[in-house]
Amino acid sequence: MTDHILEAHDLENHEALIPPSNWFERSETLQKLRKNKKFPTIWCAGCGLGVVMGALIRAIDHLGLKNDDVALVAGIGCTARMPVYMDFNTLHTTHGRALAFATGLKIARPGMKVIAIMGDGDALAIGGNHFIHAARRNIGITALVVNNSIYGMTGGQYSPTTPLGKVATTAPYGNVEPPFPICELAMAAGATYVARSTVYHALELDKFLTEAIAQDGFSVVEAVSYCHTTYGRLNRLGTAADMMRALKDNSIAKSAYDKLSPDEQHANTKIVRGVLHQNNTRMEYTRMYEQQILTRVQSV
Amino acid sequence: MTTLQGLPDRTEIRLAGEGGQGMILAGIILAEAASIYDGKNAVQTQSYGPEARGGASKSEVVISQGEIDHPEVLKADALIALSQEAYKKFSQDVKPGGLLIVDADKVDASATPQAIRLPITRMAFETTGKIITANTIALGVLVALTNVVSRDAIEKAVLARAPKGTEEMNRAALKAGFEAAEKETSRS
Amino acid sequence: MTIRLMQGNEAIALGAIAAGCRFYAGYPITPSTEVAEVMARELPKYGGKFIQMEDEIASMAAIIGGRVGGLKSMTATSGPGFSLMQENIGYAAITEIPCVVVDVQRLGPSTGQPTAASQGDVMQARWGTHGDHPIIALAPISVRQAFDLTVKAFDFSERYRTPVILLTDEIIGHMREPVELPDFSTIKIYEHKVEEKPEEYKAFRNTEDGVPPLVPFGEGYRYHITGLLHDEVGFPTQRLDEIDPWLERVNGKLEKHIDEITLVEEDYQDGARVAVLSYGCSARTARHAVKVARAQGKKVNLLTLLTIWPFPEKQVEALGEKVDKIIVPEMNLGQLAYEVERVVGRKKVVRVTRANGEMVTPQMVLEKMED
Repeated sequence: MTDHILEAHDLENHEALIPPSNWFERSETLQKLRKNKKFPTIWCAGCGLGVVMGALIRAIDHLGLKNDDVALVAGIGCTARMPVYMDFNTLHTTHGRALAFATGLKIARPGMKVIAIMGDGDALAIGGNHFIHAARRNIGITALVVNNSIYGMTGGQYSPTTPLGKVATTAPYGNVEPPFPICELAMAAGATYVARSTVYHALELDKFLTEAIAQDGFSVVEAVSYCHTTYGRLNRLGTAADMMRALKDNSIAKSAYDKLSPDEQHANTKIVRGVLHQNNTRMEYTRMYEQQILTRVQSV
Repeated sequence: MTTLQGLPDRTEIRLAGEGGQGMILAGIILAEAASIYDGKNAVQTQSYGPEARGGASKSEVVISQGEIDHPEVLKADALIALSQEAYKKFSQDVKPGGLLIVDADKVDASATPQAIRLPITRMAFETTGKIITANTIALGVLVALTNVVSRDAIEKAVLARAPKGTEEMNRAALKAGFEAAEKETSRS
Repeated sequence: MTIRLMQGNEAIALGAIAAGCRFYAGYPITPSTEVAEVMARELPKYGGKFIQMEDEIASMAAIIGGRVGGLKSMTATSGPGFSLMQENIGYAAITEIPCVVVDVQRLGPSTGQPTAASQGDVMQARWGTHGDHPIIALAPISVRQAFDLTVKAFDFSERYRTPVILLTDEIIGHMREPVELPDFSTIKIYEHKVEEKPEEYKAFRNTEDGVPPLVPFGEGYRYHITGLLHDEVGFPTQRLDEIDPWLERVNGKLEKHIDEITLVEEDYQDGARVAVLSYGCSARTARHAVKVARAQGKKVNLLTLLTIWPFPEKQVEALGEKVDKIIVPEMNLGQLAYEVERVVGRKKVVRVTRANGEMVTPQMVLEKMED
C-alpha cells in the first residue's frame, strides 16, 4: 500500500489518482475509528478537514503504527476537534498550546509518535511562540497545520495567514497585515522536515504526512484548506467545490516550480506544493537529552 | 547574648557591604558555623537582586539555642558595615549597647563614636594579598568580639566553603581577624 | 543524611524528587529560580528530565503533558509567571491531571518588586483561573516544611487528581535553615491502581471516593482528554444529564476528603480570649509575637494554616467559638482575612497587613493584642 501511494505521487497528474476501492476495509486504523463516538463530525459539509483527517489516518496506517503508540494533541478551533474522532491517545488542550503539551508528553514518552494538530490561528497567532521553539529544539513532534486563512470556529476573524486585502469580520475594510509563510517560518526556526500541500491533493498529503511522522525530529506539514462558510462567503469565493477547485488551479508542484526561471519564480503567486526542506543531520531533542545528559550524569 | 522584646536567647547579626564584598557568603558561613558545627539553630536571610548588585547588600543571621520564629533581624545585636552606604542604611537598626564594626578606611562613622573601626579590607590585602578575603577577616573580628559562635566552628565553616587551594589563605585571614579583635579589646 | 544549611527553594526541589517527580518544566523568574536550577542539576541523576520552556504558559502545559505521559511533574514560578499559568491550571483541574505548581510569591501586582516578599497570591491561588474548580494550596512555614509539604503536594495531587499549588513566598524560598532530610527511599506517595480492562476504562467516571484512577497514555488505555465539558469517557458533551453528575463529582471530591487535606497546627491555651491566625512566612512572625505575649503572662491561641485551600473552615470556626478576637497578620492587604471573616464574622477579625515587601513585625502583632 505504501509503495503504491508513494509511487503514484511521483506522477505529475495527481488528479488522476484514486485510492484502491477497498482502502477502507484494508486499513486497520480506519476500522478503529472511535466507535463509541457518535459521528458526524462538527465540521460544515464540504469542509476540507475531513480530507486531512483521512490523509492522517492513511499515513499512520502506511507506517504500520500501533494505535497505542500514537498520540494526537490539539489546541482549540475547528481543526483541533479532529483527534476526538480517532482511536488514539488524544489530548484536546487549550488554545495555542498543543505543542507545549505535546512537548511534555514527548519527553515523558519518547517512543510515542506525537502529532500536534492545529489550525493557522492556533499554531501561529496564540501558539506562534511554541511553534518556533518546538522547531528550534527539533523535538520529535509532527505539527500538522491546517491553513484555512481564517478563524472559522468563531465566525471569520482574520488570522496570521489571511492574505493582504481580504475581508474578515474583524477586517471589514480589508486585511492590512501581511500573512506568515508557515513553512518558511518553520524552516527558519529549525524544523527538520517541512512540506506543503492542499486538501485538493489528498494523496500528496498522505505522502507528506507519512514522511513527516517517520521523521525523527520536528516535522511540519502545512495542509492548505479553505473555509467556505466564513472566508469564502465574506470574500465571495463561491461554494466549497469552487474553493477546492481554486486550490487545484492556484497551486504548483515544487518540481514544476523549480524548473521556472528566477523571474518566473519571483512572479509566482501560486501555492508551492512539495517537500520544501529536509535535514537528517540534526539530532532530535529527546535523543539529545538522553545522550548528552542522562547517560553522562551519574545516577544516584 | 541578649534578649529581644522578651525573648531570651536570640542573637541577631547583620553583615552589610557593597555587592561583591562577599557579605552574603559571610552570612551563610556564620549560619553554618552556628548550626552545623556548634549545634545551635540558625536562620540566614539576605537581600537579593538589583539591591545586591553594587548597592548596599545585606545578609542576616539569627542564632539561638532553640526555635527561631521571626527570621529577620529586628534590632541587630551586631552589625558589620564594609561600605558607607551599608553604614548609612543599617547603623540606625543596631540595638542600644549593640556592636557596630566598620571598615575604618571605607566608612566615616563619626555619627557613632562607639563604633569599632578596623581597616578590614586593607588587612585582607596585607594578610593574604587578596581583598576578597575581607569577608573572612570580618568574620574573624565578629567572632572574636562576640563569641556568637566558637572559633573552632567558624574555622571549620570557613574552610568547608573555601575553594580548593585557598584553605591556608582563609585560615590566615581568619586568624588576622581574631588578632585584630583581641588587640581592640585589650585597648579598650 | 547529614544536617545541611539549605534554602527553602532547594528543599522544595529535593522534596519533589523524593516524592517521585521525574519531570520539571519551567521558566526562570525571581524569586523561584533556584527551584529550577536545583531540578536541572539533580533530576537527571534520578533519571528525570528537565526542560526550560519558552514561557510559563508553555511550562504549565508541558507538565500536564508530562503527567499525561506518566511522569509526576512540577513547575515553579512567581507572580507574573503564576498569572500566565492560570488558564492551564484550570485545564489540569477540570481534566483532573495531577501536577504541582510552586508559587514563590513576590510583591505585585505586575512586575512589582521581584526581590521583595509578599503573600499577595492567596486569592489568585484559589480563583486565578476562570470558572468553578477544585484546587489545593499548601503554605510551608520553614525550610524543612517546604520539603515535607512538597511531598504532601505530590501525594494530594495524585490521590485526588488535582493540581496542587505550593504557595510559598520569597522569605521561605530564600531563607536558609539547618535541615536533616529523610532518606528518600522511605517516602511513599499514592499510586493509581486500575482494575478495568482497557475497553471498559472510563477516566472520568464516578467512584465511591470521587476520584477515578488515572492511566497514562501509551499503556493500552486509549482515551480522550479535553478541557471542554465532558462525559465520564472524556468526550465533549452538552447533555445536562451527563454534565451535572460529572460536575458534582469534580467540584465535590475534595470535600469528601477534607479532613485528610486540611493541615493545621493548633497551639491553644485554656482560657485564651485572643488568637493569632497565620500562614507562610507571616506565621513565623505570629509565633514570635505569641511567644513574647505568653512570656509577658498573656494567654493567646495560635493557629497556623498549612492548608490554605480548601480553606480550613471547621478549624477556624472552632477557634472563633473559643476567642473574642482573631488577629490575622499577612503580607498583603488582607486576603486570607476575608476568608476568616466569612467564617467567624467581621467583628472578631483584626487584620495586620503589610504589602510593601517588608515582613510584618512581631511588634505590629503585639500592638493589636493590646487594643
